[in-house]
Amino acid sequence: MTYVKYIERTRDYYLSQGYDQSYQWAHFDDVPFTTLKKPLAQSRITLISTGEIAIRFDPDSEDDRMEKTQVGNIYSIPSAIDPDRLYSHSYAYDRFATNLDDLNSFFPVTRLHEAVEAGRLGGMAARLHSGHYTYSQRKTLERDAPEVLKRCREDGVDIAVLVQI
Amino acid sequence: MSLIARHLEENGIPSVVIAAARDIVEHCGVARMLFVDFPLGNPCGEPGNTAMQRRIIDMALNVLEAADAPRTIVEAGIQWRGGDDWKKLVFTQEQPFLSQEAEQKWTEGKETYRQLRSDGKV
Repeated sequence: MTYVKYIERTRDYYLSQGYDQSYQWAHFDDVPFTTLKKPLAQSRITLISTGEIAIRFDPDSEDDRMEKTQVGNIYSIPSAIDPDRLYSHSYAYDRFATNLDDLNSFFPVTRLHEAVEAGRLGGMAARLHSGHYTYSQRKTLERDAPEVLKRCREDGVDIAVLVQI
Repeated sequence: MSLIARHLEENGIPSVVIAAARDIVEHCGVARMLFVDFPLGNPCGEPGNTAMQRRIIDMALNVLEAADAPRTIVEAGIQWRGGDDWKKLVFTQEQPFLSQEAEQKWTEGKETYRQLRSDGKV
């Protein structure tokens, strides 16, 4: 069976639910492209997710790192964190077909650490990034994307893996 | 997600998007995409299947290395363990995508956004 056409499917679904306007998905004719500057084995990678990745913390003794690092919809997660402390509270997934019980099925931080250990990648950036949902493409373009770029530059990131949940 | 990938590319950072909603990413246009034909929620492999997750990361890194032009799309070519039935049901009346509670949160979020917009705050 061919893949699901989510743009059509969601438009039809929400029209059937009485919404009269469908969401205008971002579209561009031109697509920017940058070639790799060095081999993967010498490149520092970061991981970016829209999956509402959250850090479990003890409010009595720890800061809420997400809140502390949040600018616009973007916040950062230390890459050295114990992955067992991470989870997602996203509801934008197919709850009938699957679950979000395994972090590495949508935020592959352990798998990337393994690739670094195996020498396939040069290293992990100090910070990984996640974001809260927004309907505003303008805010993503004008505020959130530049914030991610700024953090990547501060961390000396060479390459990025982005995961849509 | 795609908008952030595009911004990084524009500013000299190569990227790869791992996605399950291929049409949305394709419609926007990104430099490189690894398309994994799985239900939304697990684009990096089935829960608990470490070997598959490793394969998918390896494929994503290969796409980063091998792509020489924008709009490069590579299909992972892996089948979802439960077959394809989920594709017929996602976003249908029979299986509303969101639970009632999530739907309510979604609607509230939308209303809050509308309000902020009408107040000129976003």
